[in-house]
Amino acid sequence: MTATPTSLPAEKAATGLLAHARHIVTENPVTGLSFGLFILFLLAGLVGPHVVPYDPLASDTAAALAPPSAAHWFGTDQLGRDIFSRVVVATRLDMTIAIASVALVFVVGGLAGLAAGYFGGWTDQVVGRICDTIMAFPLFVLAMGIVAALGNTVTNIVLATAIVNFPLYARVARAEANVRRDAGFVQAARLCGNGEWRILLGQIMPNTLPIMMVQVSLTMGYAILNAAGLSFIGLGVRPPTPEWGIMVAEGAAFIVSGEWWIAFFPGVTLMLAVFCFNLLGDGLRDLVDPQRRT
Amino acid sequence: MNVHTNHPPVPLLEVRGLTVEFATRRGTVRAVEQVDLDVAKGETLAIVGESGSGKSVTSYTVMRILDRAGRIAEGSMTFSGVDLVAASEKQVRALRGREMSMIFQNPRAALNPIRTVGRQIEDVLKEHALAGSADAKEKAIAALTEVRIARPEERYDAYPFELSGGMCQRIVIALALACRPQLLIADEPTTGLDVTTQKAVMDLVMELTRARGMSTLLITHDLGLAAAYCDRVMVMEKGRVVETALAGTIFKAPSHAYTRKLMRATPRGGVTLRDLLPEGSDLTPPEPRPAAATDGTPLLTVTSLVKEYPKKGVGLTLARLMGRGTDEDLTPFRAVDGISFAVGRGESLGLVGESGCGKSTTSMMVNRLTDRTSGSLVFDGIDIGAIPARQFARSPLRRRIQMVFQDPTDSLNPRFQVGRAIADPILRMGTPMNGAALKARVEELARLVGFPEHLLDRFPHQLSGGQKARVGIARAIALDPDLVILDEPTAALDVSVQAVVLNLLQDLKIKLGMSYIFVSHDLEVVRLLCDRVVVMRAGRIVEQGMTREVLSNPQDPYTRELLSSIPHPPV
Repeated sequence: MTATPTSLPAEKAATGLLAHARHIVTENPVTGLSFGLFILFLLAGLVGPHVVPYDPLASDTAAALAPPSAAHWFGTDQLGRDIFSRVVVATRLDMTIAIASVALVFVVGGLAGLAAGYFGGWTDQVVGRICDTIMAFPLFVLAMGIVAALGNTVTNIVLATAIVNFPLYARVARAEANVRRDAGFVQAARLCGNGEWRILLGQIMPNTLPIMMVQVSLTMGYAILNAAGLSFIGLGVRPPTPEWGIMVAEGAAFIVSGEWWIAFFPGVTLMLAVFCFNLLGDGLRDLVDPQRRT
Repeated sequence: MNVHTNHPPVPLLEVRGLTVEFATRRGTVRAVEQVDLDVAKGETLAIVGESGSGKSVTSYTVMRILDRAGRIAEGSMTFSGVDLVAASEKQVRALRGREMSMIFQNPRAALNPIRTVGRQIEDVLKEHALAGSADAKEKAIAALTEVRIARPEERYDAYPFELSGGMCQRIVIALALACRPQLLIADEPTTGLDVTTQKAVMDLVMELTRARGMSTLLITHDLGLAAAYCDRVMVMEKGRVVETALAGTIFKAPSHAYTRKLMRATPRGGVTLRDLLPEGSDLTPPEPRPAAATDGTPLLTVTSLVKEYPKKGVGLTLARLMGRGTDEDLTPFRAVDGISFAVGRGESLGLVGESGCGKSTTSMMVNRLTDRTSGSLVFDGIDIGAIPARQFARSPLRRRIQMVFQDPTDSLNPRFQVGRAIADPILRMGTPMNGAALKARVEELARLVGFPEHLLDRFPHQLSGGQKARVGIARAIALDPDLVILDEPTAALDVSVQAVVLNLLQDLKIKLGMSYIFVSHDLEVVRLLCDRVVVMRAGRIVEQGMTREVLSNPQDPYTRELLSSIPHPPV
């Protein structure tokens, strides 16, 4: 009641984003669900290793191959390690790989694509040919090759995942920058004395964000799958480090003998993570697009 | 309020109490409310209104092509005995095209870009079983001949992008009329076309409809056009019909206040800028800025300016490399062909011509966004043409030459709050100032252009067209430029908004002592705003002189043609 009329628009602007987020979540419950899952994964990654009931590396041969029970929610593996603890602890590693590779390719691929679309000419040619070269390989095989050549480290998995995603980012950013290079507001920015790079980064880049956000979310799921896949075939993280891909690989041998839980729970978690990021993409796009915020 | 003087008893189209609602995120919006309208056989009715008046929604509803969010809430529509509200989609589809058809605003968008125009006409004929594969081509060529397309046999194989805007609109008309419908709905058929093309297209539509005894529903924002070509005029405001009258009477004795306001705001001969404003506006002229001592030289002198574009294409590149190809293929296209003119200090110069005449290219060279091929551009003693466009952003002269763009929506970054857009030139080129001083300056500019200060933190899509135009103007004058290029700044605005913006521009010019180059195809607007005028055609200047003289006593036949094409209401 004490608010003066002049302060009203400011308050409105502050709550605008929250209200908008609430609107998106309520309008599309699937988006809300994926936001919830995302927060869960985030929490597991941040505090997981401190709250899990068992040490993920401690083996207990007496309790080996125990099915899911109250003591071991997801059961135990052939060495008696608690699968629930391992799944939760693995979240941090898998998410780190995914986020780091996506952040890397977002910056590098995004910038390359923006420059290609905006400047055209030889910049466009160079970026275009790099994309073509990468796309010429089956992406997973290329990632395998990179990791095999550079060595079996987390850094190289991040690098390989980023490289195979490069064309996706570069092409989307290129298309978005290209349609705007002669837009009225870009001309106006030139008249305002903005240099070319400032126009590209200050004026055009923000307009490409909504679609790039969708791209981030979609490739985040792919990056997780890629990292797990590399580990699955033995080219990524090495055992006994808890990692979803390795756990599925280790459990695969026991499915035929009936111990389904060893591969099942890490597999389901992997699926949920990919699923969550794919759905998140749509929600994110709505959140960052000012046109939808009315 | 309907005037039923020369109506036959049964109208072809009868709409009663039509109400259309749209479901939006913020609830239901009524776009059209209680609209009654009749179109008799052979009659031409114009629906006139500004954007948001519901004129287009009315026509879409009649055609039953409302988008999914829209719904007919109330009312009845009868078209030659068929109840259009109750009719099934299948029944309506049979009517569409054959019994009633529509011409859209943007002819290029209405044509399939990857199909030849002849084939597109054939498609319509075949769809309605009016032609078989044997005689389709013949009938399509006949349709092209009818809309006066020169060399129809050749044009039959042309793609839409190979034809001019006026030609495309003729093709669209040919498509619409191919099945000899009884009712033609023309939704802003000439918006975006040149005034001479507009006249040709409208004359054609009227002649064809008259010859076939068709009825026409013309949707337009241009009262002059409506009155010049239609029997009756219906004026809409905010979804409601405010007045329906015979074209002759509506101009002599407009009965509704809104019609009077609309008529006042329409630029026409014998009025001043102030006359366009609604009655009771503040008409005090602004305080002129004391003129700085000058030596009488013009601010900008353009001499023999040329802009060439090389022709493109793989074949041509090869031909050029191998030293082959005809001379015609290899000579570059001259968009601007050696023009010379001057802009005095505090003067406003009109740059007039039809699309493709080189007026926009000229303005882009003057504001240094495009490089010239040859010639000189002397601005205040310096040849700015010699500075490459890419480097001009860093030149101290950049802040002295600014521009207001044609499309206020396109010229504002959708992701910036408009206050930030106005502050942009100050941040880049102004004297460095702190946040509070910058905010104060932006607010001062907003006041200067009459933009509500509390809207400065809005995004462009939350503002109206007129408000966005004001933001564009505020940004252009933020650094007190000497020369402002106005590229059809009111082309995208409603007439009443245009009247206010034109007056604002005039006041600002006097207040700040700026010079204007006003690029336009609208001679009536140029007459009101400009001291001198340059008429361009095909890259050359055909005539220049004082506006009054050129427009009242044109020397060049082309200027005369332009002037005679402006639709004049029957008086």
